[in-house]
Amino acid sequence: MALVELRDLTKRYQTEAEVISVLENVDLDIEAGEYLSLMGPSGSGKSTLLNLMAGLDQPDSGTITIDGSEITSLGPNRLADWRANHVGFVFQFYNLLPVLTAFQNVELPLLLTNLSKDERRERVEVALNVVSLSDRMEHYPRQLSGGQEQRVGIARAIVSDPVMILADEPTGDLDAASAEEILSLIERLNSEFNKTVLMVTHDQHAAGRAHRMMYLEKGVLHQ
Amino acid sequence: MKIPILYNLRSLRARPTATLTTALGMALVVAVFIGMMALSIGFQAALVETGSTENILVLRRGADSELSSGINRDVANAISALPFVAKDSDGEPLISPETFVVVGLERRNGGMANVVIRGVSPKAFDVRNGIRITKGRTFRPGSGEIIVGETLVKRIPNTEIGESLRFAGRDWEVVGHFAAGGSSFESEVWGENELFMPVFRGEVFQTIALRMEDPSAFEGVVETLEADPRLAVDAQLEREFYANQGTLLGDLLRFLAVFIAGVMAIGAVFGAVNTMYSAVDSRAPEIGVLLALGFKPRSVLASFVVESMLIALLGGLIGCLIALPINGLVTSTTNWNSFSEVAFAFRVTPPLLLAGIVFALVMGVIGGFLPARRAAKRPVVEALREVGS
Amino acid sequence: MKHARLVWKNLTRNKRRSTLTILSVGVALFLFAALQSVLTALDATSEVGSESRLITRNATGIVFPLPEAYTQRLRSVDGVEAVSWANWFGGTYIDSRNYFAQFAVDEGTFFSMYPEVQIDPAQLEAFNGEKSGAIVGQGLMERFGWSLGQTIVLQGTIFPGDWEFVIRGVYEPDNPSFGDENMYFHYDYLFENSGEAATPGWFIVRPSDPNLATEVAARIDGSFENSSDPTKTETEKAFQAGFVTMWGNVGFLVRAIGTAVFFAILLVAANTMMMSSRERVNEVAVLKTLGYRDGLLSRLVVAESLAISVVGGVIGLAAASVMLRNNEMLGSILPGYTVLPSTMLQGLAIAIVLGLISGLVPARQAARLSVVDALRRVA
Repeated sequence: MALVELRDLTKRYQTEAEVISVLENVDLDIEAGEYLSLMGPSGSGKSTLLNLMAGLDQPDSGTITIDGSEITSLGPNRLADWRANHVGFVFQFYNLLPVLTAFQNVELPLLLTNLSKDERRERVEVALNVVSLSDRMEHYPRQLSGGQEQRVGIARAIVSDPVMILADEPTGDLDAASAEEILSLIERLNSEFNKTVLMVTHDQHAAGRAHRMMYLEKGVLHQ
Repeated sequence: MKIPILYNLRSLRARPTATLTTALGMALVVAVFIGMMALSIGFQAALVETGSTENILVLRRGADSELSSGINRDVANAISALPFVAKDSDGEPLISPETFVVVGLERRNGGMANVVIRGVSPKAFDVRNGIRITKGRTFRPGSGEIIVGETLVKRIPNTEIGESLRFAGRDWEVVGHFAAGGSSFESEVWGENELFMPVFRGEVFQTIALRMEDPSAFEGVVETLEADPRLAVDAQLEREFYANQGTLLGDLLRFLAVFIAGVMAIGAVFGAVNTMYSAVDSRAPEIGVLLALGFKPRSVLASFVVESMLIALLGGLIGCLIALPINGLVTSTTNWNSFSEVAFAFRVTPPLLLAGIVFALVMGVIGGFLPARRAAKRPVVEALREVGS
Repeated sequence: MKHARLVWKNLTRNKRRSTLTILSVGVALFLFAALQSVLTALDATSEVGSESRLITRNATGIVFPLPEAYTQRLRSVDGVEAVSWANWFGGTYIDSRNYFAQFAVDEGTFFSMYPEVQIDPAQLEAFNGEKSGAIVGQGLMERFGWSLGQTIVLQGTIFPGDWEFVIRGVYEPDNPSFGDENMYFHYDYLFENSGEAATPGWFIVRPSDPNLATEVAARIDGSFENSSDPTKTETEKAFQAGFVTMWGNVGFLVRAIGTAVFFAILLVAANTMMMSSRERVNEVAVLKTLGYRDGLLSRLVVAESLAISVVGGVIGLAAASVMLRNNEMLGSILPGYTVLPSTMLQGLAIAIVLGLISGLVPARQAARLSVVDALRRVA
């Protein structure tokens, strides 16, 4: 069985003027350990697909099964729990809490667990090590560069050891050099740590770094 | 609570103006509340202090205050012979029949004050509680000398030692000042009962204060006195009597405290609601992240309510600080029950300060609830969409 | 005025915030009106005492009575037209919390001295014909649900015993500050049943020429100076004013609270304005690029804060006026308690000042905003 199975997934949006079809009967299988990229025109629903897979949104019809659990049938509280354990999200604009240090931002997901303070510290340090930011643990987001902030974002995404990393335009706001760093990091997460990665991007070059490329247009997924 | 309070504390610090102005608004409400309650507590404390639990106060039956009472000598003598009256070291009954009038005297800063002139027996200093001469000496029997309560000296002229107060058509020389533990006696002028009687209301006493041999048996004493038809008196534990004298005004002050502070609180809470809504709106991305990470909506709700309470706590503490200096400030008013002016000090007690803090926290909870709910209910997707704007 | 739409759009941009702030200001002005009216009512009670009626009492203190014989001597003082007298009864009706004033009066001379006390002539006659008759104010009838002809019992405190009275008349004052919760009964009834010698508590004197009231007062006191009971005579107005001072420093307390309320709500209003202005940085910048002047933009901000505080103020003052006017409970503690037009005007002025101050800082910020800095944030 694949790690991720999307079956007959449909999502539509209603504006004042018309109904927009974002996803139409989408089927997708993702095996554990795969690294996928998803491209498509602006507003084509790439982010919607990610949100659905993370359990942040509900489809109009169809099912999403991840690691054996059919998340489309879970209520909001169970989804939250599930999300904390199974998904790591990386955002385009990093979304770090500005009032917390890098360390504290990475620690956030672990506060949902029963781990002791020392156990949490250990994992945070490991995560920050992976992204090579151990020397900036006590810095605030405003004291970090864009690339460094995104690395903190990635550390936060992996700290609770999720099965799947969902990245929404992770390099969209970065300069070329930083973007390259981030892409290499994501590759490492996949090759060294065996994380399944789905990356949404409109950057052709970034998309090419994945094992498999997909294209979403007018609600149809081309694989 | 899963979301660390540190997040709330730092967020408050990141918007200092909004936090401080909201907190200050609440601080003022708490300060007014504490101030007015301190007024009420101080007033009633002065009256309660006045009475002892070891004494019985006897008035004519039906009289509701010392002023309207009238007891003649025979009755006074009969009571002093009763067995439950305590005796001093010379075997004399510890009983003080007293005359009580209210006289109009001019205040130092203009206006008239109704001052109590109490004619006491020499035994009064042993019977009545905690009276001590602080300056000069007590009056000599038969001399027409008077002593003045400490708080009165500051408010009425001609009350220094050696000066003379004029009332009832003659001058009375002031020979001493006395203190009485902050009770209403300190707002009185004391002289000899026998000398005051012919000048004022004739051969009647207004009050009889007596010390009980066995204070624990006071109920029996009251019964005995009230049951005797020859005496025709009402008897009450001294402390209870004076405490009740303050009910009308005390209740009014307390009502005003709650009413005014309550109405003010509505205004302050509206301010807090605005501040919290603004915080929730501007931190939409952060809330989205927290929800995306797996924190439950109710944790987010709790977090914002706590943040509102933190602002309120700050306001409460500042309010207590503002109100503290009032403690001990002396003011005076006329007690309607006894028609006499009573000086008392504002009293800010620890329970009152605690009540002020609780009041503030309640404002915080009420003010923060709706905005917090909005934060918790916001669909994650929407929240995240506001990223980077 | 052509910019009114901009101001309006800004106000309605965040309706919840504007509404809450308006209500806050409303609450503050409501309190102001309530508190200020306490002061005006206290002043009014001292106004009520006519300047052409004199009160003669025992110089030692109000609690001391005067000899009945003084009646004749007073009548013979030069300039005195009429003399009446009264005594304070101080009884309790069931519970001491049911407080109201009771006076034993000389029916023949008292009511002609007090034209403010308006009674139906038939009722007055019935009262005069009945020894234990009583005339009570309309307010008391409503407060206790009494009816004409009903017998009530008061427990005497100064004059002990249970006293029965029959309500034979109801009066209404022609001036609300006079109070409609007084009770009057026969002086003779009091002293025939009290076992004490009849002594008036005080005399009421009408001088033949009201303009000479003060001289007559001095003359009266002069003639009793060396008697056993010297008198103190003053106009009724001064007499009432003396009672007002008995309350203590109410004025100070009211003003202190009022100040606290003002600042608390000023903080709320200012905070609102600052939050709004922080969110509109971009728009202000864009307007400036279009050619809007700094001065105009800052005036628009002030217009917005004024709109909030004036609307809030009007709401609060109107609410106070409606709720506190003719309020029964307040009227029995402080007769004539009402919200005067002068109070409303003062309140409006305060609301305007509030609006000006709360808009000050944001207005300055709008004027000084640098377009370049602001627009950099947009992209």
